[in-house]
Amino acid sequence: MTDPLEVTPVLSVDNLTVAYRQGESWLDAVRDVSLRIEAGQTYGLVGESGSGKSTLALAIMRYLGEAGAVRRGTIRFAGRDLLSLAETDMRRIWGAELSLVPQDPLSSLNPSIRIGEQLAETLRQHAGLTAAEADARAIELLRRVRVPDPERVAGSYPHQISGGMQQRVMIAMALSTEPQLLVLDEPTTALDVTTQAAVLDLFRDLIQEHRTAALYVTHNLGVVARICDRVAVLYAGELVEDASTADLFDRPLHPYTQGLLDSVPRLGQNKHALQLQGIPGQIPPLGERPAACIYAPRCPLAIEICHQERPALDAPTADRRVRCHRWREIMAGEISAQQQHSGAKPVGANGADDHPVLNLQDVEVHYPIRRSVGEVLAGLPPRTVRAVDGVDLSIPRGRTLGLVGESGSGKTTLARAVIGLVESTHGTIELLDIPLPPSLTQRGLDTLRHLQIVFQNPEEALNPYLTVGETLRRPLRILLRSSRQDADAEVERLLAAVRLPASYVRRLPGQLSGGEKQRVAIARAFASNPDLLIGDEPVSALDVSVQASILNLLNELQIEHGSTTLLISHDLAVVGYLADDIAVIYAGRLMEVASAADLFEPPYHPYTEALLSAIPLIDPEAQQEHIRLDGEVPSPTQVITGCPFHTRCPRFLGDICVTQTPPWRVDENGKRIFCHIPLEELRLMQDRVIRDA
Amino acid sequence: MRALYRQPTSAIGTTLLVVFVLVALFGPLIAPYAANEQIAADARQPPSAAHWFGADRLGRDVFSRVILGARDILTLAGFGTLLAVISGTSLGLLSGYQGGLFDEILMRFFDSLLAMPALLLALLLLGTIGPSRNSVLIVIVVVYTPIVARVVRSVVLAVKTKGFVEAARVQGESRRRILFREILPSVLPALAVEAALRFSYAIFLVASLGFLGVGVQPPNPDWGLMVNEARTYVSQTPWALYYPAGAISILVIGVNLMADGLKRVLQSNGS
Repeated sequence: MTDPLEVTPVLSVDNLTVAYRQGESWLDAVRDVSLRIEAGQTYGLVGESGSGKSTLALAIMRYLGEAGAVRRGTIRFAGRDLLSLAETDMRRIWGAELSLVPQDPLSSLNPSIRIGEQLAETLRQHAGLTAAEADARAIELLRRVRVPDPERVAGSYPHQISGGMQQRVMIAMALSTEPQLLVLDEPTTALDVTTQAAVLDLFRDLIQEHRTAALYVTHNLGVVARICDRVAVLYAGELVEDASTADLFDRPLHPYTQGLLDSVPRLGQNKHALQLQGIPGQIPPLGERPAACIYAPRCPLAIEICHQERPALDAPTADRRVRCHRWREIMAGEISAQQQHSGAKPVGANGADDHPVLNLQDVEVHYPIRRSVGEVLAGLPPRTVRAVDGVDLSIPRGRTLGLVGESGSGKTTLARAVIGLVESTHGTIELLDIPLPPSLTQRGLDTLRHLQIVFQNPEEALNPYLTVGETLRRPLRILLRSSRQDADAEVERLLAAVRLPASYVRRLPGQLSGGEKQRVAIARAFASNPDLLIGDEPVSALDVSVQASILNLLNELQIEHGSTTLLISHDLAVVGYLADDIAVIYAGRLMEVASAADLFEPPYHPYTEALLSAIPLIDPEAQQEHIRLDGEVPSPTQVITGCPFHTRCPRFLGDICVTQTPPWRVDENGKRIFCHIPLEELRLMQDRVIRDA
Repeated sequence: MRALYRQPTSAIGTTLLVVFVLVALFGPLIAPYAANEQIAADARQPPSAAHWFGADRLGRDVFSRVILGARDILTLAGFGTLLAVISGTSLGLLSGYQGGLFDEILMRFFDSLLAMPALLLALLLLGTIGPSRNSVLIVIVVVYTPIVARVVRSVVLAVKTKGFVEAARVQGESRRRILFREILPSVLPALAVEAALRFSYAIFLVASLGFLGVGVQPPNPDWGLMVNEARTYVSQTPWALYYPAGAISILVIGVNLMADGLKRVLQSNGS
């Protein structure tokens, strides 16, 4: 629907190459990228870490630091050649016609200036308003981005408002001058799912209202599907595919795009049904990028020419571009990088062995907050942080339980309490029917042997001064009391089990990639053959293409060892893929416990319903309910009576939700829901949140 | 080592230190005269071929005294710093890892020690235990342990929440092993820099104490002492003051430059 009179695109990038200086040489981070953004169009820039997407976005804005520079190519913005402008000219454009919404709002807002003042400053500077006019307009802008109580927020400092609100302020600032182009660099990555959904809604509405063009940089394919009109896929600095969103998801033509789509677990996709395919290998670092097809080393469809010649950017249709030697065959459907693997058969007890490996009863973790002198004198009672506020859970042998919640829900604290790094203040934790003392130091080596954990951050998971072999030997020597020879043999076996070459025994963590470090951490956790493995967001810090292989690895190892797993994550799709059963946690209490298949079907707990409708789906054609929650996840110091969710519940009943603790309602499949609304009513009120097209 | 020579300032500093160390080691071989050899005839002689740095009012060769004094000051300051580093590291590791009441009490105690100027604290201690070589050692340890402990403790606090330390705990590693194998290696870069810095301060402290007469006692060729003795006769034998004072300054500057270079090398490689 291009208006023939408006042919000039807002942004026109041609053959752009951006490089970073390292010592004496220049390393290309972005190579020969061209794209066009029309007025009113939201253009997604997708890639993993190292793809160059942030570099490209910053280069387009001419925001590169000292070490980066545009080496070749042109950038035309609204008809002007940006690269030829001096900084004084750019300063007139920045903030006025070209705005940025960065990833981390807290570091982009001045912490010592009130919000209203920061907004007003932009308006006075670029729109030439008087102080009074600017202040009034600032409040109006806050209202426009749906910030509740805009006068109060305008008078607050950035640290006094939540992450979601800070990001709305950033959007308000960016849109305040009605720019022609808005650049957004992963603006919702740091936000919770439910907050992200509301911010994305806001964003989409504002864009449509202002007809602003937008360049949206992200690694999240679901977000792209939800709000972008067109998508460009970047790999290792090169543009490999460029198409409309519908075309890209419906029929991806580049093997990398296909691989990416295959790596991401779809909501509701379970390991038993369909196995995820990761992309083997990793992105080549700067300076080691092949001159031929950049994806060839990892491409399952690579043929000889791919390793010799760089493919040109072809146009399969007027509306699409792809950089691959074999796109014609892919388009014709003759070959595909997408391999649908049917899932593994479910293993382990389906009720045969009812004995739970882990049994939690009314577990609470409360931290007292030290009162200030003023509070003591005023006679105020001590407040407590109720991180975990009464959780009952049990996991049968051989099953995986996924614990899902947003930040502040208490899921990580619960995992740490089970392991003993944090002391539970109430309730019992039983492992194999033996009650565990709350603190790690009180547990004997025999107990520790049965209970191990994989942490979230692979960069800090390994001692940087110990080799892989030394790291893996330790648990064998301590927990299994193996001899040196036995330990060495076992280390070799462990490395093979996590698909790392035996030569890695001598490597230091600094020589491993993030995914490889996580594999070693997993090997270490499995070394003592634990009965229960806890995974605390084990894939959250990894790239999408690496996540899939780690998830599959966890699955295989669990089957092989016959162990039981407690998987913690904020990502319902990941949990839905790997877990047999899922528990949803909110404000320190469980809201719903169901088998993985059942969770995605009604009846839902209202919070689960809201979560499912908030998650951006990868399939742009799928239908999804539109339920949005107001406000933010409550702080753990707030004492909420009755049902902890009642402050935000879209199905709030009334007084009963405020005064009385809800009962647990169980349905015929064993699904438990913590709600005052009877299951039958929920069933009548709710449709399936996600419906295929 | 090589990295220290890359920057011109740290190269100079390191070279100076090396020179002084060599001088201290081979002192008796280089020095033309004995430290306390008094040659009445040469008294108050300005620098000449016979006496490169001149002779003081008692006819002692200043050059020899400076060379032989290097040994004393370097061993005292060096050994003292070493002891302070050992005690500071142990306490810092333990305090940072344990936390709780032990940590609070120890740190407040250290705070009170740190609140006093080093020289004042040293004088108080020496007043109690009496001046001697060993006393100076004790003083250096007492004065500098708190700072070393502080530095070590701050690194421990940062490291102990890292995944690999928690993993070690979850795998039943003994506390000693966690402190020394998991945490200590991360502490070493900051510790090395701090140790070098303390060394330079220790040198200055020893010299100051000598100057005040409460450190090493005469007739030892302590530089501080020499400066003090020569002070009254500066109009007659200025060289007897300048050369020892110069030696103190140059050594302290040299060690400081080296510490600076060390910091650049170690802490750019680190985080």
